[in-house]
Amino acid sequence: MKDLFQEIWESIQRNKLRTVLTGFAVAWGIFILIVLLGAGNGLMNAFMRNGDEFASNTMAVYGGYTSKPYEGLQEGRWIELNDRDITLTESAIFSDYVDDVTATTTKGPFVLVLGDRHVSVDVCGCYPKLLEINKIEMLEGRFINPLDMQQKRKSIVLSASHAQQLMNGGDDYPSLIGKSVSWNDNVWQVVGVYKTDESTQRVQDYVPLSTFQLIFNEQNYEDEIIFTFHGLETEQENEQFERNYKAVINKSHKAAPDDDGALWIWNRFTQNQQMNKGSGIIRKALWILGVLTLLGGIVGVSNIMLITVKERTQEFGIRKSIGATPGAIMKLIIAESVTITAFFGYIGMVLGMVACEIMKHTVGESSLDMFGENVQVFVNPTVGLDVAFGVTLVLIIAGTLAGMSPALKAARIRPIEALHDTK
Amino acid sequence: MLIELKDIHKTYNKGQPLHVLKGVDLEIGQGEFVSIMGASGSGKSTLLNILGILDNYDEGTYYLDGQLIKYLSEKEAAHYRNKMIGFVFQSFNLISFKTAVENVELPLFYQGVGRKKRREMAMEYLERFGLADWALHYPNEMSGGQKQRVAIARALITQPRILLADEPTGALDSKTSVDVMELLTKLYREEKVTIIVVTHESGVANCTDKIIHIKDGIIGETTLNEQHHASVFGTDTIIK
Ligand SMILES: Nc1ncnc2c1ncn2[C@@H]1O[C@H](COP(=O)(O)OP(=O)(O)OP(=O)(O)O)[C@@H](O)[C@H]1O
Ligand SMILES: [Mg+2]
Repeated sequence: MKDLFQEIWESIQRNKLRTVLTGFAVAWGIFILIVLLGAGNGLMNAFMRNGDEFASNTMAVYGGYTSKPYEGLQEGRWIELNDRDITLTESAIFSDYVDDVTATTTKGPFVLVLGDRHVSVDVCGCYPKLLEINKIEMLEGRFINPLDMQQKRKSIVLSASHAQQLMNGGDDYPSLIGKSVSWNDNVWQVVGVYKTDESTQRVQDYVPLSTFQLIFNEQNYEDEIIFTFHGLETEQENEQFERNYKAVINKSHKAAPDDDGALWIWNRFTQNQQMNKGSGIIRKALWILGVLTLLGGIVGVSNIMLITVKERTQEFGIRKSIGATPGAIMKLIIAESVTITAFFGYIGMVLGMVACEIMKHTVGESSLDMFGENVQVFVNPTVGLDVAFGVTLVLIIAGTLAGMSPALKAARIRPIEALHDTK
Repeated sequence: MLIELKDIHKTYNKGQPLHVLKGVDLEIGQGEFVSIMGASGSGKSTLLNILGILDNYDEGTYYLDGQLIKYLSEKEAAHYRNKMIGFVFQSFNLISFKTAVENVELPLFYQGVGRKKRREMAMEYLERFGLADWALHYPNEMSGGQKQRVAIARALITQPRILLADEPTGALDSKTSVDVMELLTKLYREEKVTIIVVTHESGVANCTDKIIHIKDGIIGETTLNEQHHASVFGTDTIIK
């Protein structure tokens, strides 16, 4: 091994400028590959973060406007979800697939007051189960519990950002638990603080749905029914389920079973599936783009190796005349090619990773306002060890390919002809 | 017999086919010191390249130490060249970016001998040829005679059965030529190395025990020269 590297070193020494110029192309190719992958990861991480606030196997159901007349009723009728829909969702009809069912209603903005501090908030009436379904992370205290629901207590769970504003920017959440906050004439007791998801501005404070319905005199009304499910793996299975579900709920609202507008279903599972598929495609496309860029470098390496072989024809002839096998000669060329490719490739990779870090610290957490929601477009645009490993593999393969044709050429050199060159 | 050639034919097919060897029969025994003489273009180098397995032949048989040298793969050929044959060229054919000692140890590298052992053996050979001080010099820093002695050291380091030399003195002045021929003679006398020298210098041929003449692609007369009187220029002289 040491001998091999010494040979390579000697050879590269003799052609420094040429090697560096070619190496630059390889470094550039890998640099581009890493930066592309880093940027792609940034995009996909943002996607994922925007999406992973919810358990991935949930569907959210909203009311809509009927799109066709049915049983004497006109189209364009507004469908309101109610307790019966929850019961239906929980019933035996769907029990093969549906697990937990919950519902929410959101209103706002209200001005929440604590002493001389106040903050404008949306309030969401919900069931205790929302904690798991929406993956809410508690920082202090507890979430809404069944007792709150049963006794219609005026308990409120604040988001950390609202809590901070009520505490003049502080984050001593424990001191807030048990305090009373008020909006209009309603006085609420803070029972918990949950972590605000930075990626969305849809920040709400949670209260028991039963209390909420009482205050607004909206018994038997929900904005949104959310349920978790299992056993629906393919897109077709999901579609089939959604169709059946709509038919049942539509009917209970006297809407046509096949009316597509009466209910809106947001299936986070299929959405995630599509997103994963999409990110897989993006990743593949970026690799292809990067590898194509790299190809220029590889052709360059192949070229200088060809020139090298030509220049060293006589030397290889001598080596063969004293007992070098074709394999030994090939090894020499391919090892040199891989060394050049890998060395400059790693330089490119390190520079690319530095560039990714710079990206991370400049545009790394940038977000866009889209459809009234704050959506992150870039999160942690860096590449991981898996990419470093992948790139290493690519470099070794690339170096071998680049060296292959020159190496074969060198191996085929016939000693007498090579030695003839001098005479 | 160490070397047995029977009815060897060789034709070069570059453009005009050129029938160079037209049925060479030749036997050379272990420990012989032989020279091959002939006019320019008579096929001396061609014959020596075939003997050294650097080139192949079209017809006939070549037995080297009882082994038929025909239809060898490149790998087998490399193996024989490495183990059995040492080659010395008119133009030295040292690797220019390697020092003398590195050049000498290279055949051992292809035998898989370790670095340290290799270096030791190479130094030993250089010392024996009076080149110890030149071990770390590059070929272009050495005189022709020194280079040729490095080349001979490289050819001998694997302790081959045969040393083949194609006009080893062709690029040297007469004084250095004498030195090189004395070295070869010494190797033949003291180490019983089988040596075959191609030359068209009668002085060089006169150093050998047997002179084989090649003419028109076949072996002509073979002169026994144990008294070394063959040269018209007298004993132990090399005239340029
Ligand atoms: N590789 C080759 N391809 C084509 N023809 C060749 C080749 N090598 C040698 N020849 C031709 O074959 C003939 C014999 O060449 P060879 O080198 O064996 O002669 P030689 O006896 O060594 O001559 P010299 O004394 O000039 O070295 C020459 O006419 C030469 O031109
Ligand atoms: Mg010749």
